[in-house]
Amino acid sequence: MARAAGLADRALDLVMALFEAPINAIERVIGKGRMPYLFLAPNLVLFGIFTFLPIAIAIGYAFTGGADLLISNRPFVGLDNFRKLLACDSYLVPGSCEESLFWTAIWNTLWFVGFNVAATLLVALVTALILNRAIAARGFFRAMFFYPVLLSPVVIGLIWKWFLDRNGLLNAFLQMLGVPPEIFLLDVGWSRFFVVVVSVWFHMGFYTLILLAGLQAIPKDLYEAAAIDAATPSRTLFRITLPLLGPNLLVVLILLMIRSVQIFDEAWVLTNGGGPGTANTFIVQYIYQMAFAGDLRLYGLASAASVLMGLVLLVLTLVQLRLGKKVES
Amino acid sequence: MSGNVSAIGFFTRTRRAGRIDITDILSWLWLIGGTLAVLVPVLWAGMSSLKPEAEITRFPPTLLPRTAIQVEVQGFDKPLSLWNVTVDGETREMAMVRRIGLKAQMVDPANPGKPVSVDTRTISPVQRLTVATQNYTDPLTRFSFLTFLKNSVFVTFVATLLTLIVNALAAFALSKYRFRGDKAIFVLIISTLMIPLTVVMVPAYLVIVGVGLVDNLWGVIIPTVASPTGVFLLRQYMLTIPDELIEAARVDAASEFRIFWRIVLPLTAPALAVLAIFSVLWRWNDFLWPLIVLSSRENFTLQVGLNAFQGEFSVQWHYILAMTFLSLIPVTLVFLFLQRYITTGIAGTGMK
Amino acid sequence: MGDLKLTNLNKAFGTVHVLHDVNLQIDDGEFVVFVGPSGCGKSTLLRIIAGLEDVTSGAIAIGGRDVGALSPAERKIAMVFQSYALYPHMSVRKNLAFGLENLKFKRAEIDARITEAARMLAIEPYLDRRPKQLSGGQRQRVAIGRAIVRDPDIFLFDEPLSNLDAALRVQTRAEITKLHREMQTTMIYVTHDQVEAMTMADKIVVLRAGRIEQVGSPLELFDHPRNLFVAGFLGSPRMNILKGRVVIGDDRSVLVDVGYPTLLRSDVDPAKVTAGQEVLAGVRPAHFALSDSEGLPFEVQYHESLGTETYVYGNLQGQSAQVIVHRYGHFAPAPGAILKITPQDDRLHVFDPASELALGRVSGRA
Ligand SMILES: Nc1ncnc2c1ncn2[C@@H]1O[C@H](COP(=O)(O)OP(=O)(O)OP(=O)(O)O)[C@@H](O)[C@H]1O
Ligand SMILES: [Mg+2]
Repeated sequence: MARAAGLADRALDLVMALFEAPINAIERVIGKGRMPYLFLAPNLVLFGIFTFLPIAIAIGYAFTGGADLLISNRPFVGLDNFRKLLACDSYLVPGSCEESLFWTAIWNTLWFVGFNVAATLLVALVTALILNRAIAARGFFRAMFFYPVLLSPVVIGLIWKWFLDRNGLLNAFLQMLGVPPEIFLLDVGWSRFFVVVVSVWFHMGFYTLILLAGLQAIPKDLYEAAAIDAATPSRTLFRITLPLLGPNLLVVLILLMIRSVQIFDEAWVLTNGGGPGTANTFIVQYIYQMAFAGDLRLYGLASAASVLMGLVLLVLTLVQLRLGKKVES
Repeated sequence: MSGNVSAIGFFTRTRRAGRIDITDILSWLWLIGGTLAVLVPVLWAGMSSLKPEAEITRFPPTLLPRTAIQVEVQGFDKPLSLWNVTVDGETREMAMVRRIGLKAQMVDPANPGKPVSVDTRTISPVQRLTVATQNYTDPLTRFSFLTFLKNSVFVTFVATLLTLIVNALAAFALSKYRFRGDKAIFVLIISTLMIPLTVVMVPAYLVIVGVGLVDNLWGVIIPTVASPTGVFLLRQYMLTIPDELIEAARVDAASEFRIFWRIVLPLTAPALAVLAIFSVLWRWNDFLWPLIVLSSRENFTLQVGLNAFQGEFSVQWHYILAMTFLSLIPVTLVFLFLQRYITTGIAGTGMK
Repeated sequence: MGDLKLTNLNKAFGTVHVLHDVNLQIDDGEFVVFVGPSGCGKSTLLRIIAGLEDVTSGAIAIGGRDVGALSPAERKIAMVFQSYALYPHMSVRKNLAFGLENLKFKRAEIDARITEAARMLAIEPYLDRRPKQLSGGQRQRVAIGRAIVRDPDIFLFDEPLSNLDAALRVQTRAEITKLHREMQTTMIYVTHDQVEAMTMADKIVVLRAGRIEQVGSPLELFDHPRNLFVAGFLGSPRMNILKGRVVIGDDRSVLVDVGYPTLLRSDVDPAKVTAGQEVLAGVRPAHFALSDSEGLPFEVQYHESLGTETYVYGNLQGQSAQVIVHRYGHFAPAPGAILKITPQDDRLHVFDPASELALGRVSGRA
């Protein structure tokens, strides 16, 4: 331990020796008062190039066509991309839309968001409420539920794909019960169901932690007061716990929505790229395919779809910020 | 009615010493069920990764990785399978020469004399616990797994180092100085929290093309080095370092950079540790962005490589699962040793 | 050289004007104490001298050299902070060495200075500990040590004793005074504890709301407060203030009538006042003589016995403010008892109620 600390010190010394002279020279030239700008510079430059510039480009690309990368070689097409995305006889029937895959992806995403948000919230809330009780081995269980959060989406996709395989454990179990085996991931209904299951399995530990933190912030004496007032458990839950947890629940809800809309990695791996057919093709996958996977690289169309998704996420985030402000006050 | 009450009571009541009621039982069922749900798929994949290719798709599957034993027997060209045979009330291991209908011809492998004929219904194959280590050694030696691993380690290490330094510098400026535009810059940085990479991935890719980092590990590393979450976390922590310490250092003739490097950075170690852990996890698990940026195999990171493998070896689950498990190990180690740090970090910052 | 000159110093934080036209001359080797109520700008003034805060206008010169544009390090000052501001991640030795390393001192010189400072402050046994492993008093000494090793022209202290318990405070006070005697270096010391100010200072600077009210030696300020604020601020318990009226005596002397047959004699220049003018008469609690027979009738309310001395609280008829009288030894007057009190010769202060400025001092009774 001491050796490691000594090594860390040495490394710090080395960097110091390398960088100090030039940075101090700059300090002498620009003065101490302007040093914060220097310290901010790397961050701001990176943000500028990789966040703000792309936003500008995305908006620019959304109004151009063709498959060329250079914006100067791209013909201006006005609102064509948006018109193409939005041209539809009935939004309820993706097949009737000009860009039917886009609408399929939107509907898939909406359904996924709905079920995933509801299921994750419910499971996380129940788990948090249970973990909030004075239960033995709470730390162990909290850690256990949290473990999947750390795994990579690809790994999770593969693990579950194997679990749900024709020769996988789930089928073996079903066979023991006398149920014939099923190729879950080739069935539209089952595959959608399991995309939600895997998503809940993956992320619920994270939301459980946030809700648990909220629960533990509720003063214990409120419960004692309620007990003295002879409140029934259900009244305590609905009149004390949930209202006081309300702000946290709202934040979790919005966060969950924002992240659910962006479903891609684990579903992509699990369903072999959105299958069966397009049953699990979500909006991010649509953008990815338009821009990077097809023979024609439709950057304009993908950018237009990104802009639309960005707007939705922006609205959700603003709602979250508003709620966050309310929670604080 | 009473069932309803107790179902709800189980969320609110805290356990009283020495009394166990229905709510406790339901709680335990939920927790144990949840734990199993987490563990079973992972452990199942782990067990399967130890099975030889021939065994892995056997249905119904065995729990442990077993294989039938084959033995070389004098006088026979091919190895023979080994069976448990009961002859004269005594169980022995014998090698099967051939099988005809309900009869099998068996020989004693140690002393191959004349084969004896036994009823196949009375024999069972001899299976031994065997670990198919080649599932692990093959990817390491024959495929590009080591290249992927090297790339992932490089990306994770360099990106985490840069993330720590770049964001700590910004957080230092935003927490320990007052200067024109400080608030505006802070808001600007935090506002990028709203713009997930999925929204800007198309134009961000174009930027990567523009700066010539396509199919380059630096193209994976650099775009997300500046992290609004990182700036926020570190700034909040640095705000708790007393300004008097900075002033004392200034009186002590320390340059601004020296104050950062010698005073603020060491004192921010706990927050840096949290950010480092997160950064390692983000980078190790990152998939979509490397998938977009990297195109040639020798540049793939582990996650992209795994994804490519499962496309190519779609039936070779023994390899896929072994590689999945290898990539799981570092994350699991991080989890085992730093679980407390991570969970408090998340509860405190709401980040992931 | 550690002499300091502040000229027309002004400081504003945004629209808040905290220091107004501060002019001050401090000589080399002086021990100067800034006192004043909380928020009056003592720390701000000290930090401006240190270079930690910019001035809005005005000039600062140390040793005759204008240091306005110099960084703290270049001003050859050292500072002891109220919270000590020891670097928590460094050992005591490293804390002391940090400044010298920054100034690129030779290793041998650094070690020599640390040894010397550690000896002076008796912190040798703790050199390899972290600040967390030290008591409050030990930390305090390390903070002073960190200033000493720098061998500065001026030491700056911002309420360095306020985190210590009463006994340790008295002891450390004496140690700092001793240090000053040995080193003969200019020290500027901020406190709002007037006992510290009185006992330690060669020169006290009294501040109020960003203005210097008076500068002088402790006894000058105690004996000749320039105005009501300084008079009330120094001395504990505070000076009694009586309402009165000027009476011009037959010999053209100025007397003060506080509502009793007895008139109080003052040394106020008769040209400055007119008969009948309202004034305020200030008498410190210790400057009343108690007697049974003559003087102002003082009705006892209660008393506080501190052992070696006793404070008696009560009223003078016709005076709204409570009056405090000091006496040595044990003394237990019954509540309601009437005592006779008389200000001692030379100890009456007279102030103009409008300007609050001192008009002069009484020299005996009429
Ligand atoms: N950074 C700042 N920004 C705005 N106002 C400030 C700042 N620092 C100090 N002030 C104001 O300047 C005034 C003087 O503050 P200063 O800290 O010098 O008081 P002080 O005399 O040291 O008080 P105390 O005895 O409580 O330490 C106060 O009214 C304070 O509110
Ligand atoms: Mg102060």
